[in-house]
Amino acid sequence: MSSRKRTRALASTTLGIVFLAVMLFPVYWMVNASFQDAGMAASSSFLPLNPSLAGYEKAITQQSGNLLTSIVVALGAVAVTLLIATPAAYAIAKFRLRGIAWFSFALLIAQMIPGIVIANALYVVYNDLGMLNSVPGLILADATHGIPFAILIIGAFMRALPMSIVEAARVDGAGHVRAFVSVVVPVSLNAIITAGLFAFLFAWSDFIFALTLTTSPDVKTVTLGIYDYLGGEVQSWSPVMATAVMASIPAIVLLVFAQRYIAAGALGGSVKA
Amino acid sequence: MTTTLQSTEAPISDPAPPRGRSTAARRELLVRWAFVIPAIVYVALFFGYPVLKSVTMGFQEYTTRSFVTGEAPWVGLQNYVDVVTGSLFTTTLTNTALFTIGSIIGQFTLGMLLALYFNRKFPLNGVLRSMLLLPWLLPLIASTAVWKWILDQDSGVLNQTLMGLGIVADPVPWLTSPDLALVAVVGVNVWLGIPFNVSLLYGGLQDIPEELYEAGALDGATGWRAFWSITWPNLRAVVSVVLVLGVVYTLKVLDVILGLTGADQRTRLRRSPPTRTTVPSSSSTSAQAPR
Repeated sequence: MSSRKRTRALASTTLGIVFLAVMLFPVYWMVNASFQDAGMAASSSFLPLNPSLAGYEKAITQQSGNLLTSIVVALGAVAVTLLIATPAAYAIAKFRLRGIAWFSFALLIAQMIPGIVIANALYVVYNDLGMLNSVPGLILADATHGIPFAILIIGAFMRALPMSIVEAARVDGAGHVRAFVSVVVPVSLNAIITAGLFAFLFAWSDFIFALTLTTSPDVKTVTLGIYDYLGGEVQSWSPVMATAVMASIPAIVLLVFAQRYIAAGALGGSVKA
Repeated sequence: MTTTLQSTEAPISDPAPPRGRSTAARRELLVRWAFVIPAIVYVALFFGYPVLKSVTMGFQEYTTRSFVTGEAPWVGLQNYVDVVTGSLFTTTLTNTALFTIGSIIGQFTLGMLLALYFNRKFPLNGVLRSMLLLPWLLPLIASTAVWKWILDQDSGVLNQTLMGLGIVADPVPWLTSPDLALVAVVGVNVWLGIPFNVSLLYGGLQDIPEELYEAGALDGATGWRAFWSITWPNLRAVVSVVLVLGVVYTLKVLDVILGLTGADQRTRLRRSPPTRTTVPSSSSTSAQAPR
């Protein structure tokens, strides 16, 4: 009986692995193709039997500047997102401000606005302000991906915080700001980290704002670098795939090392609506 | 002195904003609002204004010159008329509808099947489930690049495999034939959406109490019966959330379509956005038709 149960469980695991393998085949194919010899675009083998780093060499020489831009922009977007979203989430969760429900509602709607609508209008504004092709401009725009999500995720967490810990600090003479910085933020760190990681991934993956708000090679993100490859007839896929692999590293690293935050964020998706 | 103290003391134990007109109370209210004002300003500037701007630009003749001169004459509904009577309008609308419906049906069905599969106990369940999230986390344009290579007509692995197995005789033009391109784009979007569907539906399935199934089994409701009379009714709330979010995300997808099929649209997009902005904002929400 128990051995039969075990075989069934094992069969389930095997089939589960098969499903996962099918789903992740494109990711495997990306890694596989990135190691193929650059000259052999016409025939791709299923295993990188003769691994070559030529694709990476080419990708790094062509994309290292873009990767750096992407990192700076994504980190900047995280900073902007958290600085704006964390206090707002606290106020929405704990201060019964008159009319604040409207703002929460606006945040929900904001998440449904297609990025291209925002990008279009921002192009006009940035053009007037001379903010096209600027890293700060891109950072502020990319924060739109993260801010509504961050306010909702952090707010959901803070709503569950007992008010007594804040009151204790306030009785000791701390103002709202002191109580927020020294009590609320430390106990909410998990939610803040989750929001920060997603803000990073959103900004790192951004394509629409990079496409619309930059026109020069000086400020170019790696997503745009990949798109440039796809623009023409692709001669050799290994540098393209090598760039795609490098662009995917943050997501893979976070999934492996920050899994519980990612899981929290994925569930936060249901909190959203 | 004592009265002011009391009135400032009160809000500490009571989260409701203080009433009254004392300066202390007003300051208290100001401090509280100060927490949320940066966010309100940001949302107004980066969500509110662009939406308003798009709406007003929809009624203007906005050309490349407008960027220099700042002049954009009002043209009433002319842009809307142009779009609606344009030759591409019906195609775009049909494609958007097919793209959305196909994507939702595909990712919801497959997501539900996978969620049901993983809603049982077996070794490595948790690890496999979290690895399944990967396609959702990758930069869209990176996944799009791989798919473009997989679907490549001459040397993509899909055509090579299909031809190797003798299923098709000639390479299938996945991304160059207009009809097939729509199918391909839907397929890729389904792949992208599955992880999100699985994780939400799995969460919903986990919340259904085990006792319901035990009671159902006593009444003879197992398998398919159990799904329709126990799982589905209890999952309804989650299902509606998944479907609504699915539609919202699908309507926003641009990266995938542009990356897979829009190679020559890019010059138009990047060099002169004005050609696009003469089009009312509403039409830019719809997925561009694969040529």
